[in-house]
Amino acid sequence: MAYDYEKSIRPGKLPHIWCPGCGHGIVMKGLIRAMDTCGLEKNNTALVSGIGCASRLPGYMDFCTLHTAHGRAAAFATGVKMSKPEMTVICCGGDGDGTAIGGNHFIHACRRNIDMTYVLLNNHIYGMTGGQFSPCTPTDAKASTTPYGNPDPTFDISKLAIGAGATFVARTTAFHATQIDKLIAEGIKHKGMSVIEVVDDCPTTYGRRNKFRSVVDMMKVLKETAVPVAAAAKMSAEQLEGKILTGVLYKEDKPEYCEQYKKIIDRVQGA
Amino acid sequence: MAKKVALLQGNTACALGAVYAGCTFFGGYPITPSTEVAEVMSEELPKVGGKFIQMEDEIAAMASVIGASLTGAKALTATSGPGVSLKQELIGYACIAETPCVIINVMRGGPSTGMPTGPGQSDVMQARWGTHGDHAAIAVCPESCQEIFTETVRAFNLAEKYRMPVQVLFDEIVGHMRERIEFPEPGELEVIDRAAPTCAPEDYKPYDAKSDTDVPPLAAFGSEYRFHVTGLNKAADGFPTTKAELVDFEERRQIAKVECEAARADIESNEEYKCDDADVIILAYGSSARSARYAVNELREEGIKAGLFRPITLWPFPEKRVAELGKQAKAIVVPEMNLGQMIFEVERIVKSDCKLAGVNRVDGDPLTPGQIIDQVKEVL
Repeated sequence: MAYDYEKSIRPGKLPHIWCPGCGHGIVMKGLIRAMDTCGLEKNNTALVSGIGCASRLPGYMDFCTLHTAHGRAAAFATGVKMSKPEMTVICCGGDGDGTAIGGNHFIHACRRNIDMTYVLLNNHIYGMTGGQFSPCTPTDAKASTTPYGNPDPTFDISKLAIGAGATFVARTTAFHATQIDKLIAEGIKHKGMSVIEVVDDCPTTYGRRNKFRSVVDMMKVLKETAVPVAAAAKMSAEQLEGKILTGVLYKEDKPEYCEQYKKIIDRVQGA
Repeated sequence: MAKKVALLQGNTACALGAVYAGCTFFGGYPITPSTEVAEVMSEELPKVGGKFIQMEDEIAAMASVIGASLTGAKALTATSGPGVSLKQELIGYACIAETPCVIINVMRGGPSTGMPTGPGQSDVMQARWGTHGDHAAIAVCPESCQEIFTETVRAFNLAEKYRMPVQVLFDEIVGHMRERIEFPEPGELEVIDRAAPTCAPEDYKPYDAKSDTDVPPLAAFGSEYRFHVTGLNKAADGFPTTKAELVDFEERRQIAKVECEAARADIESNEEYKCDDADVIILAYGSSARSARYAVNELREEGIKAGLFRPITLWPFPEKRVAELGKQAKAIVVPEMNLGQMIFEVERIVKSDCKLAGVNRVDGDPLTPGQIIDQVKEVL
């Protein structure tokens, strides 16, 4: 029997706004399966997003959903989690939202190691505004604001998250659909800040400008550039040039923020 | 039984007022001259099981407050003008998403960094019009440490009742001044909690207004009610809409809920001192009102019939009463620690019914009674 996605989707809210060929729907399905695997209760789960194509995701989902302002998902989510730590809090959003305008909130949520899961859909572009370059647009790539090629170096989101202090960091791609839910589920179960970067495609505003003839071509690139961490360990730096590592990149057990604060409350009230 | 009294700084009184009102969440970022509010909250909140968090920036502090409020907590942030500038984006979010919260603005000068340790009253128009788009505003402005306590409690009540951000503005003089405070007993001051929905969870719509001035009940995340919140224009069910009639209804209702006659009567609060027979009204707020009260007494001794009108609620502005005073008095004098802001609101209301003059100062020193007296004599 086919998997029942509809039990997690708000009646009447589909079709979604995403273009044909966009990877966001694949990620949403992965997220639904992951949340299901973890047995999350709808009333006790908050889905928080910023602004952009990927940030429309919570609106379709039948949970407590908070579509905030551009870049602010992690900061709103921190307030939700801190105020009601018994809730499961999941953020989702795009690369521009999460690492440019929301970069400060993102790194500090990682630093605090607050128990949230951030699913970052990295399609290398500002899609909703028509394809301007983001901090994750490859150098030399074309965007509507880099007509002569992108002069900017790019962020490695997963490295950024690890460097900032997230205690579970994983990466996969929209091509590796079955890995998406496994990694998100592991992130949800992890106590502390978990970041799952899903490298995604935007055929409409990125693919067209960068000579991808079809969505299939974009998917092929995702397939071919992804290297599982175990395989990468046996490869030379030369072989890894231009590749992206996938799988669990980092995992560590460290004190979680809300639990640490609870200890303060207990100490103050006990004194 | 004798009341508990203390000699407290205004900023401390503010924090203790918030705790009295039932505040259980503070999200902040350090900024002079408001920092003591955060410091006291960091000490007091764990005692009552509340949460204090120092966020990475002013915007994040505001975001955390809205997030916490959506879980049902009474949430507070405190800052000063530059911080409020940064928070404007999300003050607008709290307006359109109708999320209760309180923002303390201990006012210094400006623009920009200005004079961080000096007093100012230059954010009164920012409190009204700071965030983009059409929106209502509620702002209160205490003049003493005791009043900071009671107005902070009232600000929470108004935020909860009208489901929106409420700003408490006081200048650095009042914030850093120390005065005797009498602590109200629990239950002595009214404490209002937001209305909770009573419908079945599947029927709940977070913006289901019963009239064009209604404030619908707000459920909490993590309760049996599940709903969607967005900063987009939305329909009664909370989901985005671009339908003209729905957008128009919501935009107008969110302003009318504050500016309709019944709400104004509830929200507005003024002090009148010797206004009944006054030929000249000094309209002043915050610490400037303290100098103005002194000036009224001096002028009365000299035989000049002066009175003080002090709006404690700055927004919505007490239009009706100010219009009456404009007809009664020969002149209204508006002392402000800015280069003229509220005077334009007074002018909008009284038009040419009486003479109008400002007394303004932005050099970091308080307005003196003498400056106000001189202006009154000149204008009469």
